[in-house]
Amino acid sequence: MTLTRKEIDGLMRLIGLTKDDEINCDQCLALIAEFAEQELSGKSIPEGLNAVEHHLSLCSECCEEYQVLKQALKEMDC
Amino acid sequence: MVQAIMESTVRDNEKWLTQLRSRGAEQQSALSDLRKALLRGLRGAMSSRAYVDESFLEDAVQDTLVLILDRLHQFEGRSRFLTWATSIAIRVTMSKLRREHWKDVSLEEVIAESGFMPDDKDNPGPELQFSQNAVLHKMYSIIRNELTDKQKAALLAELKGIPMDEIARHLGSNRNAVYKLTHDARKRLKQGLESAGYAATDINAAFIA
Repeated sequence: MTLTRKEIDGLMRLIGLTKDDEINCDQCLALIAEFAEQELSGKSIPEGLNAVEHHLSLCSECCEEYQVLKQALKEMDC
Repeated sequence: MVQAIMESTVRDNEKWLTQLRSRGAEQQSALSDLRKALLRGLRGAMSSRAYVDESFLEDAVQDTLVLILDRLHQFEGRSRFLTWATSIAIRVTMSKLRREHWKDVSLEEVIAESGFMPDDKDNPGPELQFSQNAVLHKMYSIIRNELTDKQKAALLAELKGIPMDEIARHLGSNRNAVYKLTHDARKRLKQGLESAGYAATDINAAFIA
Protein backbone atom coordinates (compact mmCIF):
# COMPACT_ATOMS: atom_id res chain seq x y z
CA MET A 1 0.00 0.00 0.00
CA THR A 2 1.22 3.48 -0.80
CA LEU A 3 -0.08 7.02 -0.59
CA THR A 4 -2.92 7.55 -2.99
CA ARG A 5 -3.27 10.60 -5.14
CA LYS A 6 -5.95 11.90 -2.76
CA GLU A 7 -3.68 11.43 0.26
CA ILE A 8 -0.81 13.24 -1.47
CA ASP A 9 -3.15 16.13 -2.27
CA GLY A 10 -4.29 16.10 1.36
CA LEU A 11 -0.71 16.30 2.61
CA MET A 12 0.09 19.14 0.23
CA ARG A 13 -3.02 21.01 1.36
CA LEU A 14 -1.94 20.61 5.00
CA ILE A 15 1.59 21.80 4.21
CA GLY A 16 0.22 24.82 2.36
CA LEU A 17 -1.93 25.77 5.37
CA THR A 18 0.79 25.24 7.97
CA LYS A 19 1.76 28.21 10.17
CA ASP A 20 4.56 28.45 12.71
CA ASP A 21 2.09 29.19 15.48
CA GLU A 22 -0.99 26.99 15.67
CA ILE A 23 -3.25 26.22 18.59
CA ASN A 24 -3.62 22.57 19.60
CA CYS A 25 -6.85 20.59 20.11
CA ASP A 26 -7.29 21.49 23.79
CA GLN A 27 -6.69 25.19 23.10
CA CYS A 28 -9.26 24.93 20.31
CA LEU A 29 -11.74 23.27 22.69
CA ALA A 30 -11.30 26.12 25.18
CA LEU A 31 -12.39 28.65 22.54
CA ILE A 32 -14.83 26.65 20.41
CA ALA A 33 -17.97 27.52 22.40
CA GLU A 34 -17.38 31.24 21.88
CA PHE A 35 -16.55 30.62 18.22
CA ALA A 36 -19.77 28.62 17.72
CA GLU A 37 -21.94 31.29 19.32
CA GLN A 38 -20.39 33.95 17.09
CA GLU A 39 -20.96 31.93 13.96
CA LEU A 40 -24.48 30.76 14.84
CA SER A 41 -25.54 34.32 15.63
CA GLY A 42 -24.24 35.43 12.22
CA LYS A 43 -21.59 37.72 13.69
CA SER A 44 -18.19 38.09 12.11
CA ILE A 45 -15.41 36.12 13.78
CA PRO A 46 -13.25 38.36 16.01
CA GLU A 47 -9.54 38.44 15.27
CA GLY A 48 -8.83 36.65 18.54
CA LEU A 49 -10.67 33.59 17.25
CA ASN A 50 -8.92 33.37 13.87
CA ALA A 51 -6.65 30.69 15.30
CA VAL A 52 -9.73 28.52 15.92
CA GLU A 53 -10.86 28.83 12.31
CA HIS A 54 -7.35 27.95 11.15
CA HIS A 55 -7.15 24.93 13.48
CA LEU A 56 -10.50 23.67 12.17
CA SER A 57 -9.13 23.81 8.61
CA LEU A 58 -6.24 21.54 9.63
CA CYS A 59 -7.70 19.18 12.23
CA SER A 60 -10.36 16.83 10.90
CA GLU A 61 -11.36 15.64 14.40
CA CYS A 62 -11.93 19.14 15.79
CA CYS A 63 -13.73 20.08 12.58
CA GLU A 64 -16.04 17.07 12.89
CA GLU A 65 -16.68 17.84 16.57
CA TYR A 66 -17.49 21.44 15.66
CA GLN A 67 -20.10 20.35 13.12
CA VAL A 68 -21.68 18.08 15.76
CA LEU A 69 -21.56 20.90 18.32
CA LYS A 70 -23.44 23.26 16.00
CA GLN A 71 -26.07 20.59 15.38
CA ALA A 72 -26.42 19.88 19.12
CA LEU A 73 -26.81 23.57 19.94
CA LYS A 74 -29.55 23.89 17.35
CA GLU A 75 -31.31 20.88 18.90
CA MET A 76 -31.01 22.47 22.35
CA ASP A 77 -32.09 25.82 20.95
CA CYS A 78 -29.52 27.66 23.03
CA MET B 1 -38.89 17.22 31.54
CA VAL B 2 -39.62 20.14 29.25
CA GLN B 3 -39.84 22.41 32.26
CA ALA B 4 -36.47 21.17 33.51
CA ILE B 5 -34.84 21.85 30.15
CA MET B 6 -36.42 25.29 30.04
CA GLU B 7 -35.16 26.01 33.52
CA SER B 8 -31.69 24.87 32.55
CA THR B 9 -31.60 27.22 29.61
CA VAL B 10 -32.67 30.26 31.65
CA ARG B 11 -29.92 29.89 34.27
CA ASP B 12 -27.23 32.46 33.71
CA ASN B 13 -23.56 31.53 33.88
CA GLU B 14 -23.15 32.68 37.45
CA LYS B 15 -26.07 30.60 38.63
CA TRP B 16 -24.73 27.49 36.90
CA LEU B 17 -21.33 27.94 38.53
CA THR B 18 -22.74 28.71 41.98
CA GLN B 19 -25.07 25.71 41.97
CA LEU B 20 -22.54 23.26 40.53
CA ARG B 21 -19.96 24.36 43.09
CA SER B 22 -22.42 23.97 45.95
CA ARG B 23 -23.11 20.72 47.73
CA GLY B 24 -26.27 18.77 48.34
CA ALA B 25 -29.65 19.31 46.71
CA GLU B 26 -28.74 22.47 44.84
CA GLN B 27 -25.82 20.80 43.08
CA GLN B 28 -27.85 17.68 42.35
CA SER B 29 -30.60 19.78 40.79
CA ALA B 30 -28.12 21.62 38.56
CA LEU B 31 -26.42 18.36 37.56
CA SER B 32 -29.76 16.78 36.75
CA ASP B 33 -30.77 19.71 34.53
CA LEU B 34 -27.37 19.79 32.85
CA ARG B 35 -27.54 16.06 32.20
CA LYS B 36 -30.98 16.38 30.57
CA ALA B 37 -29.90 19.32 28.43
CA LEU B 38 -26.72 17.57 27.24
CA LEU B 39 -28.58 14.35 26.47
CA ARG B 40 -31.11 16.30 24.42
CA GLY B 41 -28.37 17.94 22.37
CA LEU B 42 -26.41 14.72 21.87
CA ARG B 43 -29.49 12.73 20.91
CA GLY B 44 -30.40 15.28 18.27
CA ALA B 45 -26.90 15.54 16.84
CA MET B 46 -25.61 11.98 17.11
CA SER B 47 -28.34 9.38 17.49
CA SER B 48 -28.26 8.42 13.81
CA ARG B 49 -24.61 7.34 14.00
CA ALA B 50 -23.44 3.74 14.17
CA TYR B 51 -22.67 2.46 17.71
CA VAL B 52 -24.72 5.29 19.28
CA ASP B 53 -27.66 4.22 21.42
CA GLU B 54 -29.23 5.58 24.59
CA SER B 55 -26.87 3.66 26.86
CA PHE B 56 -23.84 4.95 24.93
CA LEU B 57 -25.05 8.54 25.27
CA GLU B 58 -25.91 8.12 28.97
CA ASP B 59 -22.37 6.88 29.64
CA ALA B 60 -20.85 9.72 27.66
CA VAL B 61 -22.90 12.34 29.51
CA GLN B 62 -21.97 10.81 32.86
CA ASP B 63 -18.28 11.03 31.93
CA THR B 64 -18.86 14.60 30.77
CA LEU B 65 -20.45 15.68 34.07
CA VAL B 66 -17.46 14.37 36.02
CA LEU B 67 -15.10 16.24 33.69
CA ILE B 68 -17.12 19.46 33.89
CA LEU B 69 -17.13 19.45 37.71
CA ASP B 70 -13.37 18.99 37.55
CA ARG B 71 -12.94 21.82 35.04
CA LEU B 72 -15.33 24.46 36.38
CA HIS B 73 -12.36 26.71 37.17
CA GLN B 74 -11.46 26.71 33.45
CA PHE B 75 -14.77 28.27 32.39
CA GLU B 76 -13.97 31.92 31.62
CA GLY B 77 -17.46 33.12 30.77
CA ARG B 78 -16.56 33.78 27.11
CA SER B 79 -19.72 31.93 26.05
CA ARG B 80 -22.89 30.68 27.68
CA PHE B 81 -22.16 27.96 30.21
CA LEU B 82 -24.38 25.46 28.42
CA THR B 83 -22.54 26.01 25.12
CA TRP B 84 -19.21 25.41 26.87
CA ALA B 85 -20.54 22.28 28.58
CA THR B 86 -21.90 20.98 25.29
CA SER B 87 -18.52 21.45 23.58
CA ILE B 88 -16.96 19.25 26.27
CA ALA B 89 -19.74 16.67 25.93
CA ILE B 90 -19.11 16.47 22.17
CA ARG B 91 -15.36 16.01 22.69
CA VAL B 92 -15.99 13.21 25.21
CA THR B 93 -18.65 11.50 23.09
CA MET B 94 -16.79 11.69 19.78
CA SER B 95 -13.59 10.37 21.38
CA LYS B 96 -15.56 7.46 22.85
CA LEU B 97 -17.19 6.82 19.48
CA ARG B 98 -13.86 6.86 17.62
CA ARG B 99 -12.40 4.45 20.17
CA GLU B 100 -15.27 2.08 19.49
CA HIS B 101 -14.98 2.44 15.72
CA TRP B 102 -11.21 1.93 15.56
CA LYS B 103 -10.75 -0.62 18.35
CA ASP B 104 -9.95 -3.50 15.97
CA VAL B 105 -7.62 -1.55 13.69
CA SER B 106 -3.90 -1.93 14.24
CA LEU B 107 -1.96 1.29 13.74
CA GLU B 108 1.23 -0.76 13.37
CA GLU B 109 -0.28 -2.74 10.49
CA VAL B 110 -1.52 0.37 8.70
CA ILE B 111 1.91 1.98 8.97
CA ALA B 112 3.77 -1.21 8.08
CA GLU B 113 1.66 -1.69 4.96
CA SER B 114 1.91 1.95 3.93
CA GLY B 115 4.63 4.23 2.78
CA PHE B 116 5.17 7.69 1.48
CA MET B 117 5.71 6.61 -2.12
CA PRO B 118 2.99 7.61 -4.59
CA ASP B 119 0.73 5.01 -6.10
CA ASP B 120 1.62 4.59 -9.80
CA LYS B 121 -1.97 4.12 -10.88
CA ASP B 122 -2.77 7.59 -9.55
CA ASN B 123 -0.28 9.37 -11.78
CA PRO B 124 -1.37 12.90 -12.72
CA GLY B 125 -1.83 14.06 -16.28
CA PRO B 126 1.25 15.04 -18.30
CA GLU B 127 0.52 18.79 -18.10
CA LEU B 128 0.97 18.80 -14.32
CA GLN B 129 3.34 15.94 -13.90
CA PHE B 130 6.60 17.86 -14.23
CA SER B 131 5.92 20.46 -11.50
CA GLN B 132 4.28 17.89 -9.26
CA ASN B 133 7.11 15.40 -9.57
CA ALA B 134 9.67 18.04 -8.65
CA VAL B 135 7.77 19.01 -5.50
CA LEU B 136 7.08 15.37 -4.60
CA HIS B 137 10.72 14.39 -5.08
CA LYS B 138 11.82 17.10 -2.65
CA MET B 139 9.01 16.23 -0.21
CA TYR B 140 9.98 12.54 -0.08
CA SER B 141 13.60 13.52 0.47
CA ILE B 142 12.65 15.69 3.47
CA ILE B 143 10.41 12.92 4.88
CA ARG B 144 13.17 10.33 4.52
CA ASN B 145 16.03 12.41 5.85
CA GLU B 146 14.62 15.03 8.20
CA LEU B 147 11.55 13.66 9.97
CA THR B 148 11.78 11.47 13.05
CA ASP B 149 10.25 7.98 13.01
CA LYS B 150 7.47 9.17 15.32
CA GLN B 151 6.71 12.17 13.08
CA LYS B 152 6.58 9.88 10.03
CA ALA B 153 4.29 7.41 11.81
CA ALA B 154 1.90 10.09 13.10
CA LEU B 155 1.74 11.92 9.77
CA LEU B 156 1.21 8.73 7.78
CA ALA B 157 -1.50 7.50 10.16
CA GLU B 158 -3.26 10.88 9.94
CA LEU B 159 -3.19 10.75 6.13
CA LYS B 160 -4.68 7.24 6.30
CA GLY B 161 -7.60 8.70 8.24
CA ILE B 162 -6.77 7.34 11.68
CA PRO B 163 -8.02 9.79 14.35
CA MET B 164 -5.42 11.49 16.53
CA ASP B 165 -7.02 10.03 19.67
CA GLU B 166 -6.28 6.57 18.28
CA ILE B 167 -2.76 7.44 17.14
CA ALA B 168 -2.14 8.79 20.64
CA ARG B 169 -3.49 5.63 22.26
CA HIS B 170 -1.15 3.47 20.19
CA LEU B 171 1.84 5.73 20.85
CA GLY B 172 1.07 5.94 24.58
CA SER B 173 0.60 9.67 24.19
CA ASN B 174 -2.23 12.20 24.02
CA ARG B 175 -4.04 14.12 21.27
CA ASN B 176 -2.15 17.37 21.85
CA ALA B 177 1.20 15.60 21.67
CA VAL B 178 0.20 13.93 18.39
CA TYR B 179 -0.93 17.28 17.02
CA LYS B 180 2.48 18.72 17.94
CA LEU B 181 4.23 15.80 16.22
CA THR B 182 2.35 16.35 12.96
CA HIS B 183 2.60 20.15 13.26
CA ASP B 184 6.37 19.92 13.64
CA ALA B 185 6.50 17.54 10.66
CA ARG B 186 4.41 19.89 8.51
CA LYS B 187 6.56 22.87 9.50
CA ARG B 188 9.72 20.96 8.57
CA LEU B 189 8.23 19.97 5.22
CA LYS B 190 7.07 23.51 4.49
CA GLN B 191 10.45 25.03 5.43
CA GLY B 192 12.27 22.42 3.36
CA LEU B 193 10.10 23.00 0.31
CA GLU B 194 10.40 26.78 0.67
CA SER B 195 14.19 26.49 0.94
CA ALA B 196 14.11 24.54 -2.32
CA GLY B 197 12.15 27.34 -3.97
CA TYR B 198 8.61 25.94 -3.62
CA ALA B 199 6.38 28.45 -1.87
CA ALA B 200 2.92 27.58 -0.55
CA THR B 201 1.38 29.19 -3.64
CA ASP B 202 3.42 26.91 -5.93
CA ILE B 203 2.35 23.86 -3.91
CA ASN B 204 -1.28 24.92 -4.07
CA ALA B 205 -1.05 25.58 -7.81
CA ALA B 206 0.49 22.17 -8.44
CA PHE B 207 -1.73 20.09 -6.20
CA ILE B 208 -4.90 21.79 -5.04
CA ALA B 209 -7.65 21.80 -7.62
